[in-house]
Amino acid sequence: MQFSRNSLRIDAQETSEQLGKMILTQIRGTLKKGGAVVGISGGIDSSVVAALCVEALGPSRVVGVMMPEKESAGESKDLAVVLAEKFGFETVVEEISGGLEGLGCYRRRNEAVRAVFPDFDESRDKCKITMPSNILEKDTFNIFTLTVEKADGRIESKRMPPSAYLQIVAASNYKQRMRMAILYYHAEKRNWAVVGTGNKDEHMQGFFVKYGDGGTDLKPIAHLYKTQIYQLAVHLGIPEEIIGRIPTTDTYSAEVTQEEFFFGMDFYNMDMLWYAMEHNVPPEEAAEVLNLTVEQVERGYTHIKRKIKATEYLRMRPLGFEEYQ
Amino acid sequence: MKESIKNMESEKIAEKVESFIEKDVVFEQEAKPSRDQALLETGIIDSTSILELVAFLEETFGITIEDEELLPANLDSIDKITSFVSRKLST
Repeated sequence: MQFSRNSLRIDAQETSEQLGKMILTQIRGTLKKGGAVVGISGGIDSSVVAALCVEALGPSRVVGVMMPEKESAGESKDLAVVLAEKFGFETVVEEISGGLEGLGCYRRRNEAVRAVFPDFDESRDKCKITMPSNILEKDTFNIFTLTVEKADGRIESKRMPPSAYLQIVAASNYKQRMRMAILYYHAEKRNWAVVGTGNKDEHMQGFFVKYGDGGTDLKPIAHLYKTQIYQLAVHLGIPEEIIGRIPTTDTYSAEVTQEEFFFGMDFYNMDMLWYAMEHNVPPEEAAEVLNLTVEQVERGYTHIKRKIKATEYLRMRPLGFEEYQ
Repeated sequence: MKESIKNMESEKIAEKVESFIEKDVVFEQEAKPSRDQALLETGIIDSTSILELVAFLEETFGITIEDEELLPANLDSIDKITSFVSRKLST
């Protein structure tokens, strides 16, 4: 099939029906569970997964768990409520700031931030980490930069020493791991399954926390590109305000989009380049279709390949003696 | 910067870089990378070990590496790292 700007178009109705059958069969048949527990953030991925679960199982067998903490965007919870009301499933709110305080999440992260910015004051300042964006413009390393937004509006960015970078990531990952623990509480007390919300971009490029948001019983949309999730969202009737929201990490005190935090380019170009790469489309042909230069396409292919390779271990199961042999 | 480091020959620089990568980055039972092997492409270095490499170069050779210099063209093989460090030491 020829590569074109429509190569990622899906039949959203057919895809929804197939995913609905898959969710029903796997939860009720394979896992022998009674329903689905979904962590809902007010973002498009969790909204689509919750809606698919409602279509597959009925609203009485779906519960959406909202797990805000003190650094979450306020609108996340409001949008999750709008979604739940529209699809008629039960919701539970679990505020996790206290638990994160107990684990030392904020303290450990702020300690590492202060190793780079000694005057960082978490009561006034905000922080985030980002990777290079516009990666199609030049071949670069995926190095995280720490940015602090001061209370007076000044913004300062610095490269991190390895120890600070690793501590910030390790401490921040408590958030996703605590959410996983809460989802399993709600699943086990009902004898239901935890349904994951990661899409292909996140799953294959490693934009998830192992045993955090990656710790689920089912991953129904892990084979779909982000741009295909948008098509499903429109078909399923996900509220406009959720579809139109810019995807963020909702993990750091300063707001950071998924593009600047991790992916390095917009979702359309990334998904199209990835599809082209997977289907062995020559860079010259992809460049013409996407209105990019051949060099930009080659950089895109290389960037995606590197991310997949570098994050292989995140997708591995615990290694036993069998794998060693 | 010490005069002994500033005048360091390329071969000495390459040996130090090679030793760091073999000792701190590559698992000892794996094949050692050749000097012209692409370290990123082959998965030998990733976003964490590149930070370690940069910290090692700055500390060992007393140089400061700017963000704009963090490019595969400068750091993606032992040969490229050696040339890059030599250029930095001579300026």
